[in-house]
Amino acid sequence: MLIRRAPDLRYSDITSKSLYLRRREFLREAAGAAIGAAAAVAISPLAATVAAQQKQGTGHGAKLANVKKSPLSTAGEKLTAWDDITSYNNFYEFGPYKEDPKAEAWRLKPRPWTITVEGYAEKKGTFGFDEFIQPYALEERVYRMRCVEAWSMVIPWVGIPLKDIIATYKPTSQAKYVEFVTAFNPAQMPGQTTRMLPWPYVEGLRMDEANNPLAILAVGLYEESLPNQDGAPIRLVVPWKYGFKGVKSIAKIRFVDYQPKNTWQVMTPNEYGFYANVNPNVDHPRWSQASERRIGEFFRRKTLPFNGYADQVASLYAGMDPKKLY
Amino acid sequence: MKPIVLAKRIIFAAALIPAAVLAYNAYQGDLTANPIEYITHFTGDWAIRFLVITLAITPIRRITRWNPIIQLRRMLGLFAFFYATLHFLTWFVLDWFFDFKQMAEDIAMRPFITLGMATFVMLLALALTSTQRSIRRLGRKWTQLHRLIYVATATGLFHFWLARKTVVPQFQVVLVAAILLLGFRAWWTLRTRTHARPSTAH
Repeated sequence: MLIRRAPDLRYSDITSKSLYLRRREFLREAAGAAIGAAAAVAISPLAATVAAQQKQGTGHGAKLANVKKSPLSTAGEKLTAWDDITSYNNFYEFGPYKEDPKAEAWRLKPRPWTITVEGYAEKKGTFGFDEFIQPYALEERVYRMRCVEAWSMVIPWVGIPLKDIIATYKPTSQAKYVEFVTAFNPAQMPGQTTRMLPWPYVEGLRMDEANNPLAILAVGLYEESLPNQDGAPIRLVVPWKYGFKGVKSIAKIRFVDYQPKNTWQVMTPNEYGFYANVNPNVDHPRWSQASERRIGEFFRRKTLPFNGYADQVASLYAGMDPKKLY
Repeated sequence: MKPIVLAKRIIFAAALIPAAVLAYNAYQGDLTANPIEYITHFTGDWAIRFLVITLAITPIRRITRWNPIIQLRRMLGLFAFFYATLHFLTWFVLDWFFDFKQMAEDIAMRPFITLGMATFVMLLALALTSTQRSIRRLGRKWTQLHRLIYVATATGLFHFWLARKTVVPQFQVVLVAAILLLGFRAWWTLRTRTHARPSTAH
């Protein structure tokens, strides 16, 4: 005789309804993790951790303490919104479209991170990120950022003067240029599996440019640690040059005696040079550089020589033909 | 209802979806940090896609031998013109806001704008002569004139290529599609010519 009795367990006891409804998202997040062996109880915190890590990478980061304001900040400009700075990025390591970095950069693990210093310097070696930045005080630097594509932003970076970092490693007299190299890690940077650009991304500065007080290595913005899509954990910011000079997610710094071949120059030598100084009078071969669209504004505005920083940097180029400084 | 009439209605509605999506995103304020660039790329992408889709009709007709499909060609071509017009107006109104001096300079000095403008003028000519009356009035010349779609596709693709700093996947897709479709036409023309020769000898 068949006796019907109520089951000991209700379905809701086995798997919570909210988790059940998120099952596809959950599976995606947990993919790759060894879920087969794990008991149902163990799975839910794992998924939560993965999700939290992903959000942290491209969303708001850690609040940075003891950030001092700098007199070198650009005054009188309205700051571009956090959401715009972190959702509209050129970072080809994560794809060619502006929205790709925010969508894909969660793959990047900015810790643990190492920076290797090489070349003509007295102090060399590979340093952990925290060890690398520990000696310096963090400064807020508000700068205009002018992209070679004729749009611009105003960004409150948090960073370290590059000249202070250079002083730590004591470059020798043979060091004429500094070369910066982005991390090469196709597993975390899916764009590097394509041949869109030659990888890894390389940029460089002449020694006196690198020692100009305006040049910084940024580790944050809006007093928060840098989101992955903006170049976590550390990137270059040189506000008088087009944005592509601002090499992101730096893994190597080399003191060299040759002018580095920067990535865009290698890619399209007739369109991009080494200097890439913002200049409204020297057009890109395919479009005008005379004006720009500030993100958040409707009308174009005039582009300023050296992006408005001529007083601080024009002397670096005395006697040089400005037409050759693109 | 005849299948072609049904197909025409469905495709007409489907072809309006991108415009509807754009309008909806605009209403939601969801056009990225740089809305003008977003609208420019969005409308340009769809203009070139519809151009390539239009080029696909004749090969599909030849392969399937479903002749009524030819009735879709004009409508799809006009949709290419519709998105190209939105693309042009975005540049004219939103990007330069009637700054005629700058626009004239761009057309004259920058090949990528020159090519875009030339493509638009060709599509305009094709759209204006797309009526039954024009077909009747122009006769053989109409067929010759409408071969301009091949030129417009080439200049449109060249314009797309020059507009970006790198070769983006969306460009690769339309380029490969255009090459395949034009290749099919070339192959078909050659094939029918060589096949036709013995029969004309009789």
